[in-house]
Amino acid sequence: MMSAYLDFIRMRFLMMLAYRVNYYSGIIIYAINIGAYYFLWKAIYGSQETLAGFSIDQMTTYLAISWMARAFYFNNLDRDIANEIRDGSVAIQMIRPYNYLIVKLMQGFGEGLFRFLLFMIPGLAIVCFIFPVDLPTDPVVWLTYLAMLVFSFLINSQLNIMTGLFAFFVENNEGLMRMKRVMVDLFSGVIIPIAFFPGWLSSVMNWLPFQAITYLPSSIFTGRTPLAEAGSVFIIQLVWLVVLLIPIVVMWRAARQRLFVQGG
Amino acid sequence: MLAIDVKDLRKQFKVQKNRVGLSGAFKDLFKREYTHVTAVNDITFQIPQGEICGYIGENGAGKSTTIKMLTGILVPTSGELNVNGYVPHRDREKFVKGIGVVFGQRSQLWWDIGVIESFQLLRKVYDVPLNDFNRRLDQLVERLHLGELLNRPVRKLSLGQRMRCELVASLLHNPAIVFLDEPTIGLDIVVKTEIRDFLLEMNRQEGTTILLTTHDLQDIEALCSRVIMLDDGSIIYDGGLEELKTTWSKGREIQFQFGEAMSISRLHQLTSTMNVAWTRENEFTATLFVPHEVNFSEAMGLVVGGAQIRDIKIFETNTDDIVRGIYQTGSAEVKESEDNTQADHVQEKESVLS
Repeated sequence: MMSAYLDFIRMRFLMMLAYRVNYYSGIIIYAINIGAYYFLWKAIYGSQETLAGFSIDQMTTYLAISWMARAFYFNNLDRDIANEIRDGSVAIQMIRPYNYLIVKLMQGFGEGLFRFLLFMIPGLAIVCFIFPVDLPTDPVVWLTYLAMLVFSFLINSQLNIMTGLFAFFVENNEGLMRMKRVMVDLFSGVIIPIAFFPGWLSSVMNWLPFQAITYLPSSIFTGRTPLAEAGSVFIIQLVWLVVLLIPIVVMWRAARQRLFVQGG
Repeated sequence: MLAIDVKDLRKQFKVQKNRVGLSGAFKDLFKREYTHVTAVNDITFQIPQGEICGYIGENGAGKSTTIKMLTGILVPTSGELNVNGYVPHRDREKFVKGIGVVFGQRSQLWWDIGVIESFQLLRKVYDVPLNDFNRRLDQLVERLHLGELLNRPVRKLSLGQRMRCELVASLLHNPAIVFLDEPTIGLDIVVKTEIRDFLLEMNRQEGTTILLTTHDLQDIEALCSRVIMLDDGSIIYDGGLEELKTTWSKGREIQFQFGEAMSISRLHQLTSTMNVAWTRENEFTATLFVPHEVNFSEAMGLVVGGAQIRDIKIFETNTDDIVRGIYQTGSAEVKESEDNTQADHVQEKESVLS
């Protein structure tokens, strides 16, 4: 059974490889995004050395690594699931002796792996070449960051799965999916680091899962959060991973009860 | 042993009611109204192992909903359900390993990859040992002539090719029960026949239980010893196909071509002693309706003995017409139904003299 799940990763990876040309343009778009934010922040900093504890160099590195991390953990599981629910092909998934959501997660991971190898790594190389990015020299930081990135992927996928499953309960969850996308980008700290949020909002963020996706790992990577505190970041990520399982299981159970396959 | 045991099975859906107009839409925003639709209404039936059973009914009669409950996709509202020793929705992952399902309207192969890769993935999903898998695949490929299709991506297959691949995909793990939901929809007669022959052979050789829904009654005639007919969520007929025909066809029609002009009164005179009906088509042609309770040869004798005859054709009601009649009246019980519908029930020809 396990080998079947692994096969789903392999298959999605190969499928992405078949359509890889789509992704070359993606690298350019991400580079443009990073560039735009780089110049924006440069203007905001002006002559100031640090803002909210970020030096301009740390900010550039934060931007680059956050966007590149997004390239890896971003996936369309919400859309995939919602589409399968809406067109009724989720029925086919139920006649197979596997867990639908795990299969989806594996497919997402196959996609993530592809994006990591063919998007994030070359993208980061290009960005480092253009902008003054300070990559950490300590290999432990790199390894810690990579491990955190796996959690980023898992937590983001959980949010996507939840959003997708909403299609069981509402006729159209398009709006919800868009809202989720904006919320994840904003609150995870890809667009603005959470340290820049107004006090009340950043304390609200402490109680939400989004910071565990980008902000906390990127802070470790840029050296803003010392490596010694990496343990507490892992704990936060792990707690969210477990907590988010609960609504997913509840929704999945409820969905099985009311599963109404469209088109008879 | 029973392959499928269903008792008082019921499925209700909550369907949103959309109120009319702008104010209705506004009200819907705040308070939804729902109606309960009973798709399957307390049905009970049993299918022993090794039987091929046809499950028929009009669109929306609840066939697909039943199949979806039997395969563990839907959770029933109430009732008892036992398929292949499992309660489908409760032990879904274990249960589905023992069944095969084909939905004629949906593909279960992966669209972007080659057929053989789909099969290999299914092997892993169903935990089929490699030897068994290879043996079974060889058999199926040979039997359904898939040889040259195996390396093509699914999206490049024609419907007939795809449907044969779907069948193979649902049978690779050697299921004890196979559910086929409209497996021959949209297929040409050659592929249909091939699939029917294949299913029949599989049933004979391996004792696979098959439950089949279809709108093509030729599928039923070719395959099924038993028919369950569903209307509006309830079973209206459960029994043999032959019985269905004999209970529902009310008689035979015989068309005579006379060698001389016949008037309607002359015709009536011929069979005045019997309870039969004449329809005169033109001067030389007339049709005699003989109900089952009337002695057929006697009626024939009377006509043949009393008039000069050039040709005789006997029409027997076919299944399509019988089923259409049942769908229209909504019940399979033999009632004192209108005899005039009998006229359009006539099709199948048997030329006796020509």
